[in-house]
Amino acid sequence: MDYFDIFISILGSAIRLSIPLLFTALAGLFSERAGIFDIGLEGKILASAFASACVAYWTGNAWAGLATGIATSIVFSLVHGFASITNRGNQIVSGVALNFVAAGLTIVLGSAWFGQGGRTGQVPASGRFSGITLPGAEMMRDVPIIGPLYANVISGNNILTYIAFLMVPISWWILYRTRFGLRVRAVGENPGAVDTAGISVAWLRYRALIVAGFLCGFAGTYLSIAQSAAFINNMSAGKGYIALAALIFAKWKPVPVMLACLLFGFLDAFANFMQGKALPGIGEVPVQIFQALPYILTCVLLAGFIGVARPPKAGGVPYTKER
Amino acid sequence: MSTASVPLPAWINYGLIPLLNLFLAFFFSGLVVWAIGESPFEALKLLLAGALGRGEGIGFTLFYATSFIFTGLSVAVAIHAGLFNIGSEGQAYLGGLGAALVALSLDRYVPWYVTMPFAIIGSALFGAACAAIPAWLQAKRGSHIVITTIMFNFIVSSLMNYILVRVLIVPGKMAPESRTFLEGGQLPKLDWLIGMFGGRLGAAPLNFSFLVALVMCFLVWLLIWRTKLGYEMRTLGHSPTAASYAGMRYARIVMITMLISGGLAGMMALNPVMGASARLQIEFVGGAGFVGIAVSLMGRNHPAGIILAALLFGVLYQGGAELSFDMPTITRDMIVVIQGLVILFAGALEYMLRPAIVRVYQQISGK
Repeated sequence: MDYFDIFISILGSAIRLSIPLLFTALAGLFSERAGIFDIGLEGKILASAFASACVAYWTGNAWAGLATGIATSIVFSLVHGFASITNRGNQIVSGVALNFVAAGLTIVLGSAWFGQGGRTGQVPASGRFSGITLPGAEMMRDVPIIGPLYANVISGNNILTYIAFLMVPISWWILYRTRFGLRVRAVGENPGAVDTAGISVAWLRYRALIVAGFLCGFAGTYLSIAQSAAFINNMSAGKGYIALAALIFAKWKPVPVMLACLLFGFLDAFANFMQGKALPGIGEVPVQIFQALPYILTCVLLAGFIGVARPPKAGGVPYTKER
Repeated sequence: MSTASVPLPAWINYGLIPLLNLFLAFFFSGLVVWAIGESPFEALKLLLAGALGRGEGIGFTLFYATSFIFTGLSVAVAIHAGLFNIGSEGQAYLGGLGAALVALSLDRYVPWYVTMPFAIIGSALFGAACAAIPAWLQAKRGSHIVITTIMFNFIVSSLMNYILVRVLIVPGKMAPESRTFLEGGQLPKLDWLIGMFGGRLGAAPLNFSFLVALVMCFLVWLLIWRTKLGYEMRTLGHSPTAASYAGMRYARIVMITMLISGGLAGMMALNPVMGASARLQIEFVGGAGFVGIAVSLMGRNHPAGIILAALLFGVLYQGGAELSFDMPTITRDMIVVIQGLVILFAGALEYMLRPAIVRVYQQISGK
């Protein structure tokens, strides 16, 4: 296997690993740009992964699974909104709480329903999102460089992968080219001004959270019925937090979010590939370094050594109308 | 008039509202138990019997409570200065390394009471070290402490994974853990404490660090309410601008607070590492750092409240373990659900019931 083939295979797996991050980070983008910190991303993807795996297993329909995953994730978002918007509770605390509820509930319900210690049943092929071969992939395979790239990296992914990349320009368009997007950005910077303009801060923030829940639903569904064929205990495995890191790394902007997710996905894929292999001249690099790298990079960024990461100004502060 | 500004007597603020919130959390937990087809009341009975029924159960309950007191204090100290330290988990994990290094180097030569002070210092230093960078980033570079402490939880997890798998592992063994400490590196069990009440500790790992935790509660109380530093911390927590007008140095208070907070989290490691398993194991913290958030919120950030809340979570952890034996359909993870609901109702939704309570209070008191 020459280096190019290795590179292609790492690239392919990097894309697969970055998809859940991309959906989740875009979800965080909407919620944080509206001024609501969302530590609960992790819990949302876990809950939606579980819900979509259950429904896909029972109905054998992947789209029904996706719909349930999205609905579950939106319910979690609404609870977060109820606590942090309506009751002006602490957004971090609410997010932490929802992560716990999701982590516990998925295992408790999963064990009770399937009796496999938290695993759901094996989802049948019809209940999964499987790879789509794009037209001409086989024909192109023999073309040097572009051929393998097209056949192995761009083609052969499942529909959710393409949706994820489609969500990037859509998110950008919504945030920067629609009235709703303008207001979301405004409410994250200066909710008082939005309120003065006669727009409901609470309803705007709720809508941003619903969008976030919608996107997290895709991420969870991708984990359980696209990437694998069942829900496994704690299968989000910190992806919600990596996505949060990617969001900060991208300075809360949609296109950089995609690049950051691809970078973190690539690091993950590279770590998997490097397991037990030696780098020429350096020797074996501990795989843990690659695992920690996204977090280290984010901290370095936050320290202000690579540009300045300026969060939305009103983030984390509950809005109180004047009394 | 808005209900938010109506003052309520202390017994409602610190007694009734937390209890009602707790009740709501348990009510929804009961619904989950009911939804999977078991009786919530039966489950509660088994849980309480498992946690408090025998000397051994009480020993386990207090053992879990010990860890939660440390992490609860860690979260509370930070909250008093307006900082949300979500990294107690990682700080405790690294603290374990500090305790283990002391135990590994001294256990051959000296008895436990010589090792212990060094282990306390070692674990606190390592825990504080883990909090130092997020603290510095918050104090000097203005990055959000919540985000950086989350990042550090993961960084520490990778680091400890590397250290246990590559460095401290016993050659020839598969399990990623250090060698077992000799007697000089173990904290003695507190048989006599349970014995005083006529019980038997049995296999429960309740150990000397429980007493260390109680001492720390007192010291934290002293720090927060009886020292100049504590006053500065509380001022900063209430109003950073007021603190800066009064000439208090923001960066200094943030750094010191976070180092103390990290140190308290680090000391938590004494309990499982030197008190129970007598070795450094992978993932030994097991979520105790996050429980600390719930404990601190429930206990209203006061050491006395933290002890009560830690006992409550100790009961849940031990009782939950017993419950999963007696009712196999309910797994241990039910505790995680309860914990999440407690954080939700006692923390994020703490003001939900307030307007209603204010209205009832005004009706009754006739104001």
